[in-house]
Amino acid sequence: MLTKRIIPCLDIKDGRTVKGTNFVQLRDAGDPVELAMRYCEEGADELVFLDITATTEKRKTLAKLVRDIATHINIPFTVGGGINSIEDVSVLLENGADKISINTSAVRNPGLIDELAKNFGSQCVVVAIDAKIISSEWTVVTHGGRTPTTLLTIDWAKEVSARGAGEILLTSMENDGTKTGFAIDITNAVSKSVNIPVIASGGAGTMEHFTEVFTLANADAALAASIFHFKEIPIPDLKKYLADQKIPVRL
Amino acid sequence: MNVVIIKYNAGNIQSVLFALERIGVKATVTDDPLLIQTADKVIFPGVGEASTAMSYLKERELDKLIISLQQPVLGICLGMQLLCEYSEENDTPCLSVFDKVFVRKFIPEDLPVKVPQIGWNTISGLKTGLFSSIEEKSYCYFVHGYYAGMSSYTIATTDYVQLYSSALKKNNFYGVQFHPEKSAKAGEQLLKNFLSL
Repeated sequence: MLTKRIIPCLDIKDGRTVKGTNFVQLRDAGDPVELAMRYCEEGADELVFLDITATTEKRKTLAKLVRDIATHINIPFTVGGGINSIEDVSVLLENGADKISINTSAVRNPGLIDELAKNFGSQCVVVAIDAKIISSEWTVVTHGGRTPTTLLTIDWAKEVSARGAGEILLTSMENDGTKTGFAIDITNAVSKSVNIPVIASGGAGTMEHFTEVFTLANADAALAASIFHFKEIPIPDLKKYLADQKIPVRL
Repeated sequence: MNVVIIKYNAGNIQSVLFALERIGVKATVTDDPLLIQTADKVIFPGVGEASTAMSYLKERELDKLIISLQQPVLGICLGMQLLCEYSEENDTPCLSVFDKVFVRKFIPEDLPVKVPQIGWNTISGLKTGLFSSIEEKSYCYFVHGYYAGMSSYTIATTDYVQLYSSALKKNNFYGVQFHPEKSAKAGEQLLKNFLSL
């Protein structure tokens, strides 16, 4: 049986892992390669690395980090942050990334999704969607949550799927960093409106939150950062707990 | 040992190279026919789309070369599918090493079954030395929207939408649908097993 995936996310700034609340107030959380290897050992199913300060001059540093990660870990990983072109993706894949994640650049240029899917295959194209409630509608926001758009989350999810995205990484800006649980309603609505996997993100604080997002929101995977980095919830404990709840996980 | 990874226009070659490095093997990535023919072991990886990959192989006459190989060959993911007879993905005749094995698209009967299958699933009914020291129902990492049907060449099965071949073997040719290079300990063991065939 296909299992539900547990995905630690490492936010990278200047080569270090950081984690903030609602995308600000950054705290240092350690060396990304060391953390990645620890997660591998603990049974993480996949890893996501988001370079939150990605700029052109820093891309080389990121490529080197990606290579370092790829040589050390034996599970799949996704890299995101500041990816705008086929060339950007080529560099990351050549250095060993399995998938790339695009967000703002996909909103700005939706054709990028089609191009990347055509050139590298849908399986490596993750479209990250940051959603926030604006005027009581789940609206897509970009630039790390700072810029609202006119796109409704469900419409955008359907569009990215139609354009060839292989997966959707859905983050609720309302829940991110709050530890009050995932956004069940919007995650469920997105999961039911597309037939590609949906990774839920934002708000994980307890093991029960993971059960909820898998059973009530039909998420295919769940992503979290600080609760794993700061060992508030050890991954082996979480997976055992989920298995006891009859949720299929890789033990 | 001389291990060659066939270089063509399908991704994930780096991942395979790194996985081999982790078990202490330095492989050569090449499309040079002589280097491929004289290798001890040949790995035929690939993610991407079947018809584009087949056209690329044909243009460079790698299609004829691959089917003529005598040493152990391991097709991974799309590489395995291309060793089958035919793929529904853009109506593509393939290399037909695994003759009469057809590659079809997953058609789930209802949501929330997603296509492609992405993630960790179990492998069962494990046969041959390729799976030495790998337990039944080990978890492996899969990413695919098309699957190879059951056949007399089947040496492992996985259940998603229906039961299908997650590994095939005929003579010196092996194929795995999952990604051993990304399948943690079980995947590392499989690569070791392949290299000691």
